[in-house]
Formats: sequence, C-alpha cells, structure tokens
Amino acid sequence: MSAFRKAGRGIVDSAKAINFTFDGKTYQGFEGDTVASALLASGNHLMGRSFKYHRPRGVLGAGSEEPNALIAIDRGTGRVTPNVRATTQEIYEGLNAESQNRSPNLKFDMGAFNNAFSIFFPAGFYNKTFLWPKSFWDKVYEPFIRNMAGLGPAPTADDPDVYASSYGHCETLIIGGGPAGLAAALAAAKSGEPVILVDENPQLGGSLLTTPTIEINGKPARDWIAKSLKILSKAENVTLMTRTTATGYYHDNFVALVERITHHVPNAKIGKVREELHRIRAKRVILAQGAIERPLVFNGNDRPGVMLASAAQAYLGQYGVAVGNEAVVFTSHDTAYQAAFDLADANIRIAAIIDVRDEVQNDLTEGATQRGIKIIRSAVISKTFGTLRIKACEIYEPETGIKTKIRCDALLMSGGWTPSLHLWSHSKGGIKWDADIAAYLPDVANENAVCVGACNGDFGIAAALSAGHKAGQKTGGGRKVYKTNEADFGTGVVNNGLPNYIDTAKQKAFVDFQNDVTEKDIKLAVLEGFKSIEHVKRYTTNGMATDQGKTSNLNALEIASKAVGKPIEKVGLTTFRPPYTPTTFGALTGYRDAELFDPTRKTSIDPWAEANGAVFEPVAHWRRAWYFPKAGEDMHAAVSRECKATRDSLGIFDASTLGKIEVVGPDAAKFMNLMYTNPWSALPVGGCRYGLMCREDGYIYDDGVVGRMAEDRFHVTTTTGGAPRVYRHMEDYLQTEFPHLDVWLTSTTEQWATIAINGPNARKLIEPFVEGIDLSPEAFPHMKLREGKICGVPTRLFRVSFTGELGFEINVPSHYGRALWETLMEAGKQYEICPYGTETMHVLRAEKGFIIVGQDTDGTVTAHDAGMSWAVSKKKKDFVGKRSLARTDLTANGRKHLVGLLTEDPNIVLEEGAQIVTDPNQPIPMDMLGHVTSSYWSEPLGRSIAMAMVRDGFNRMDETLHVPMPNMAHKVKVVKPVFYDPKGEKLNVV
Amino acid sequence: MFEIHCPYCNEKRAEIEFSYAGEAHIVRPNAKQQPVMSDEDWSRYMFIRDNIRGEHAERWWHNAGCNMFFNAIRNTVTDKFVMTYKMGSPRRTAKQIDVARETNTADKAKT
Repeated sequence: MSAFRKAGRGIVDSAKAINFTFDGKTYQGFEGDTVASALLASGNHLMGRSFKYHRPRGVLGAGSEEPNALIAIDRGTGRVTPNVRATTQEIYEGLNAESQNRSPNLKFDMGAFNNAFSIFFPAGFYNKTFLWPKSFWDKVYEPFIRNMAGLGPAPTADDPDVYASSYGHCETLIIGGGPAGLAAALAAAKSGEPVILVDENPQLGGSLLTTPTIEINGKPARDWIAKSLKILSKAENVTLMTRTTATGYYHDNFVALVERITHHVPNAKIGKVREELHRIRAKRVILAQGAIERPLVFNGNDRPGVMLASAAQAYLGQYGVAVGNEAVVFTSHDTAYQAAFDLADANIRIAAIIDVRDEVQNDLTEGATQRGIKIIRSAVISKTFGTLRIKACEIYEPETGIKTKIRCDALLMSGGWTPSLHLWSHSKGGIKWDADIAAYLPDVANENAVCVGACNGDFGIAAALSAGHKAGQKTGGGRKVYKTNEADFGTGVVNNGLPNYIDTAKQKAFVDFQNDVTEKDIKLAVLEGFKSIEHVKRYTTNGMATDQGKTSNLNALEIASKAVGKPIEKVGLTTFRPPYTPTTFGALTGYRDAELFDPTRKTSIDPWAEANGAVFEPVAHWRRAWYFPKAGEDMHAAVSRECKATRDSLGIFDASTLGKIEVVGPDAAKFMNLMYTNPWSALPVGGCRYGLMCREDGYIYDDGVVGRMAEDRFHVTTTTGGAPRVYRHMEDYLQTEFPHLDVWLTSTTEQWATIAINGPNARKLIEPFVEGIDLSPEAFPHMKLREGKICGVPTRLFRVSFTGELGFEINVPSHYGRALWETLMEAGKQYEICPYGTETMHVLRAEKGFIIVGQDTDGTVTAHDAGMSWAVSKKKKDFVGKRSLARTDLTANGRKHLVGLLTEDPNIVLEEGAQIVTDPNQPIPMDMLGHVTSSYWSEPLGRSIAMAMVRDGFNRMDETLHVPMPNMAHKVKVVKPVFYDPKGEKLNVV
Repeated sequence: MFEIHCPYCNEKRAEIEFSYAGEAHIVRPNAKQQPVMSDEDWSRYMFIRDNIRGEHAERWWHNAGCNMFFNAIRNTVTDKFVMTYKMGSPRRTAKQIDVARETNTADKAKT
C-alpha cells in the first residue's frame, strides 16, 4: 500500500494493481483510481502549472470541475490528448501521462518568471501592453504571445482513431446518475417507455460513492446503488450510459452526449471506436447535475495541497486516499465539518477548523469536540507557505489582530455550494437568485425539462432522492419516502471579500484558477469602468478557460457585485454555453472525417483526368481538372501549351460541372423573362442566348447560356458554383412571388455530362459521330442548339463558345460521358487534340473578355458596370432587379467599370487584386480607382493581359494608370477588355 | 436543433432539413407599382426589416424535404415556433397567434 492509502476505505480494487507513468516516472494505483487519486496516494500533489503565472498547482477538486490538474495523455503519434483532467482520467496499465505548461519540468519551470513579475500582468494586460510601437509586433509581441498562448501540446499528426456518431430518441433523458438521477430513473422505468440515464463518471452513484457512511432506508448507500442498478439494467426500456457527458442542450430537447468508449482501456486499437457522439431527442429531460463546491478566495489559496473540502472527502471515501497527514479546514459553510469529521475518523489529523462565521451550530461543535478538533471562529487564513506543496498557513483573527502560523500539509476549503445550471441555461431556462443559499437556482423552464436534486437547491441525499422520484414518475403515482442517516446539510454565508491585514495589491487570492484571475483583477476591472458582468468576464478572462468557470463564476460575481455596489441579482450571471466539458474535434466530426468531411463531387470524366495526370482544383464542391502537365512541365508551361493547341487546332474540356436547370411549363418563357435580364419570348426553339441573372438589388448574380428546347422548355446553364443558389433563387420566386405561373424546375446538373470542343477543327472532329443534325455553318450557326445522336447516344448539342474559337458543347446522359470523351480523344489524334483544364479555360475566356461571375464581379457590379448593357432588356416591364437598376446610385456617374489593362512591360503579369491609382507618388492613403480582377499570360498574344474594375473606366480608354507593388509601380494602359480576335472571325471557321 | 412542422408534409422534421429564408409577408411590388415608387420606398421594400424581438413572421424552406417554402411564427426571444402555415395564406392575426400558442401549451401539458 502507498503511504497515503487508507486500508478499508474507498471502493478501488486493491487486488488489482495498475502501473502508469506521469512525467516519465512509474506510479502504481488500483483499478478504479483516477490519475489524480493514484498520484495523491503516492503523496504527489504537484500536477500542473497555471496558465499565466506558471504557478505550481495541485488538484482543487475530484471531478470534471477541476481547473488545475490538466495533463496530456500520450498514446503515440497523432494520439496525444491535451488538457485531460487528471481527476477524471481513469488509470490503466501502461497509461502515459505528462504534465503541461512547464519547461523543462514540473518542479523547475522557466515560465514561472511570469509569477515573479505578476505585478505586470494585471487584468487587461494584453490589451494595454501590446499596443505600440507597431514595429514590435512581428519580432517581439507576437512570438511572446504565441509562446504564452495555448494550453497543452498541439497535435503534430492526423488522429488515426475512429469516432462514431448516432441519433437516438427517448421518452425521458436523465442527466446525472447521483441519488436524484437514480431515483428518477427508478421511477421513470416503471412507465415502460424508453429512458436513458447518463453520467460522466465510470460508475453511477454520484455523491453516494464519496460518502460511504450514508445509509438509505437502513442499508448502506452502496447496497442501495447496487440494488437500483440491478433493477435498472434488467428493465428493457432503460439504457444506462456511463463515461458519457451531456455536453450541450439544444432546441426542442435535443441533447448531445459524448461517450468515451476507450479512454480507460489499455492498448486501445486503432480502428476501434474511441468516442461516440449521441444526438438524443427526448420528450422530457430531467437534469440531476448536482452542485459544485465553491472555493474560498484568500491569499495563497492556490498552493498545491489547498483543495475543496468535498474533494478531500471524495478522495478518502471513493479512493481510500488521504490527501495529507495533517489538514487545516477553512470554511464558511457547515458541510466542510462533515468532510473534516470523515477525515478525522480515518485518523487524519485535523489541525484546526477555521470558520469565517461568528456562530457555529451546536451539533458541529460537539462533533469537533468529540474528535478533538479545535474550531477557530471569526477567523480567516491570511497567507499560506510552501512552494510545491503547502507547509503551513497563517490564521488571522481580524477582531483581535492575532496571527497564528500552523503547520499543515493539506488545506481544505469550502465557500458553500453552486448548483450546476449549465445545461439548464443552454436550454434557455430562467434562473433566479436565492439569497438563502447564495446561489442562482432554476426558475421557469423553456423546454420540457426539470432540475432535481442539488442543482435545484434540493440539498442533502434524502431531499435529492425524493425530488428525483417525484420527477421521474410519468404521472403523479404517489410519494416515496427515502430515509437516510445523513447530518443536516446546514447553511453558509456569502463571501465577497475576506478580511486580511495584507494590502490587496500584494495578495494572491485566486478566483479563476485555470486562467489565473485574482480578486485584485476583478476589482481592477470594475475600477476601470467594466460594470457589466459580461464585460468583467471578458476583460479579466474569468470563467473563460476550459473549465468554463465551474468553480469561479459565483465567486467572481460576488466580488464584482460588491465592487460595483449592486446586489448580485442586479449584476446578473454570465451565459453558460456548450460544451459542458471540453469536447474533442473527433467526437464532433464523427464519421465525417478525411474524404467524408465534405463531399467531393466528381464528373463521369474525372477518372480519365486522374489517369491522365491532371492536376485538380476544387470549385465549389467539385474537383475539376486544373491543367494536364506533360513530363517536365510546370503549370505555366502546361497552360501555355493547352491555350496554343486549342487556338491552333483543337481543345477538349470537361464542362460537366456547369449547373443545369430544366425550366418547363406553359409559362416557362414568362418565368424566364422575370428571372433573367434578357428577353426570352422571341427566342426561337433551337436558339441559345447568354442569360444574365440579377437579384432584386440589380447586381449580377449569375450567368450562363440558355437553350430553348421547345416552346415550353428551357435548358438553363449556370456557373459551376452558382447552381444551388440559382435553383433556390428560382424556386423562391416561383413559389412566393410568381405562384400564378405554371412552371416546373428540375435540377439536371448531374444528369448531363458536358464536353466542350473548341478550335478550328472542332466541327471536323465531331462530324463523323453525329447523326440527325446538319452541322454545316448555314444549318447550324453560332448560338443554336440541336437534338440528335452522337455515337448512337442522345445528345443536346449546343454551338456555343467560351473561347472565341469555333465551339460545341455536347451534352450526353452522364454515364456516357467518359466513353464519348475517350472516343473523341482517339479520333482527335489526327488534329493533335489537347485536353485542357480550368486554368486554360480561364485564360481563353479572358483573352475574349468574357467575365467570370464572382471573379470579375463581386456582388456590387451591375450589367452596365460590366459593359453588358446589351444583355438587359429595355422593353420588359418587369424582371428581378429592374427597379433597382433605376436607383440613383446605380445610374450615377463615377461607378467602377470593367475594362482591360495592358502593362507597359508585356512580360509583367499583374497580381489579381492589385490596386490601381492615377499617381503612384501621391501620399498614402492613395486614392484607389479600383483593382485587377483577372490577369494572365496570353501565349497567342505573346504578352500579359488583365481585366480590372476601374472607376469611370469606360471614359478612361487609352489612359495610363499605375499599379503600385512593393518594389515598383507598373504602368498600365486602359483598353477594351477584348484582346483576341476582336471581330469574332474565328467563331466562323468553316 | 429545432423540430419544425412543415405545413405541406404535415409533419415535424429536424431543422437539418430546412433553411431559413427571411422575413415573411413582404410583398414584391408589381410591374405597375415599381416605376412609380421613389428610391426611398423601394429601398424600404428591399432592405428594411422589422427585426422583431418576440413573435416574428418568417419564411423557411423545406429544401431537404418537400422543397416548399412556407411561413412560420417564431419567438426570437425564446426561440420557440408558435405555428407554421402555407405560403400565400394571409398574415396571422395576433389572436390567431395567441390561440396557437395556447394550443401548444395545452398539448405540452398533456405529455
């Protein structure tokens, strides 16, 4: 047995020894131990360093509220979990734990220099200090902040573990498996309807596990737990979930549960599920989360060995571990006496109970007297001694001024209890201040939910049991009386500043242990004008650490309310937000990892592109072939070759990702007239037209070629990325503004594979394969479409061009896409056919001055601004965007216009996004006229080209402007944005 | 995550199937009205919304379900849906909303 293990105490299995390491040193514990309990059993209190001051810290608590003892669990590459609370991590054979936030080691930490200089780190330190000089940012401030920031090691490799997720439903979800939760489950189980009981700990029982002397209806509490679990596990309608945290409570009783499946298992294999996120929709929720003991805020309250009284009681009761040999108890609440008595009964010396109150109940003083414990009333602890562990403390009696130093190796404190309202608050349940217990309690429910037990202020085990039973019953089936032998739960007083003879500025009285926020910081924040508790929180960072202020929120509130001079209920409480405890990204991601994280859409031709060396780029959810490099080619070389081959002879391009919407119905043309700026009524069947779409604000929203298949049928194409929003836009107007129109919309993007053939030999290539369509220029001119067959497959054949060359877009049912592509590639050999990707497509269209919506336009560009007034019908009485286009601002002079730019030096390719000015030598900030939207090297022209949005650009033709860059300003000439074949003769190659 | 009653499917479905679609009952001026509207009136139609604290009439789209747009009354403070109703049916009166709210409360009390 370890030095601090008490024989006959606790429920760990002393027959099953388990070895684990902490900072490289091997320790032994028993099955049922946590890392914290096993380390304490070896007399090791030092478990971490604090975040800001790197102060040595031991455990404060014994559960998930723990702010100090954060460790990293190292299971190999990619499997390091930082910021695990040592108080909740079960030990297993071979567990490898490391302390955090220290360098080089926990006992000697260089970072602790911050502690010596803590006078320089007041509230708002970062906001105040790192302001100037500006030049200090890169080299001094940022590296310093980066070095200081963050808790625990960041992962260095992908996590190889598997995380699961599932949905579930139940009638009653009970959160918390202490006495209240168990009693509720027993009662609810009788309804026969599905019940789920969850608890974050490995064992159900809650506080009953830590107080072994309690008897329920004359039997030991542990027997009652065993009997209850037997009943519940036999009931088919009840699901018991341990090691499962309810992390968030969302709308309409939707609760997220994170189950830790292998966190306690040695050698958990990769490929086995590590955690599972259960999304549960419950008819009703019973919250039995219990209460968390409040620390006392006094000088030196963070020394290792200073902890909550209930934690010391839990280490003894549940783990059989003595937190020291001689302890001092410091309290403002009666419950600490029971903790002291438990320890004393286990032969741990209680040197004294220091009580801030003047009066103590008789039964408590009697209990102390029986055990030979001295009580000092109306007293406080004014300082503590010891570096890596408390050695002594100083007792101060303000009325007499007497100071007494007494030796101790543990200091147990209690400032009363804080009901856990976290999930209740997530559900937007109301809260009200209860002056008697000096805490907030649940008020009006917002969901079908109820709080029972200590989280509802039903303190004491008997009260919790009967409240749980009452809530668990489906219909009021009668009371059940639970009798216990527990002492009266007692009362306490509010502490909003304990007296001390030491100047406040020299005290280190911690409120938020994890973020190193002191009483002084909170007072300073109020002094500096932060009166709202939400502002105090953000300025001091109180309650903003990974523990979400479980032990600090109310202490901070009490101190702030006194400093502001307002009662607590007027100051309010900061908002609780999910998750209740830190949650891994793995649990949130579940199966949606790697390639399943976000869907990748692939065309039917994509496998050919992959097999033929394409480099891909993502476009919306699609992956598209970007360019097809040959051996030794970089992107520039490949794109130049692809451009040249297409212009000289023949290029082939997979345009299947273009959005396609079939607009069908007797009123199809009327609908198209309203949705697009162009006129559609006169478009003959078999005709195509470039369509421009606005939103009601008049700005360009999308574009694409539209073909009229029949009087009542349009084949609409959209941009690749715009397809979903265009479809929604159309449905929205059809259903809500134009419901009188008889029109049906169908997204057909994935029904068609689209192959674009461009170049002087385009017609020659496809001619042999096409049936039923006369391809001659007279019968099938530019901007027409025909239906027929290609390679025996039905096709919608468009004669359109996004390159300025003779072009066809061949639509065939998707599953024929690849076969057609391969046939054309084979037949195209004689023309040196060249597959090209999106980059070449972009260059070829820019040479012709065709816009890309979203690249050359940005949501503030009208058709007129883009030089496309021709696409806007003057005759139509209405279309979406028409009225906005007449707004004064949109017709005013001085708007930005889309123009072309030619650099004076033809070899300079401008940067897209670069700013444009008239005079590069004007003082900063310069008057910026606009920016470069598209810029490329044009191989056919042997020079660079660019498009740009420039203020009043149409009236600046041939003007010289400047594009300032870090090294020099480039001279550019404003031109029309059509660089190649301005007359369009290449379209009509025979 | 909300449970939203789709008035077309006549079923409560998870929020993941729906998209929010802005304030309801904003009628688009027709082709005759538009030309005679001042810029100010037009911008009021375009951009000015009630931004109600309380029971708000708004549109939702059942895009991963029946594909229909519909109207809803949702309390922006409590985040509770009071009722949903089909597109094209008139704005609900305060009294109709009161009745719906009371019916919901009564239904809840039954469970």
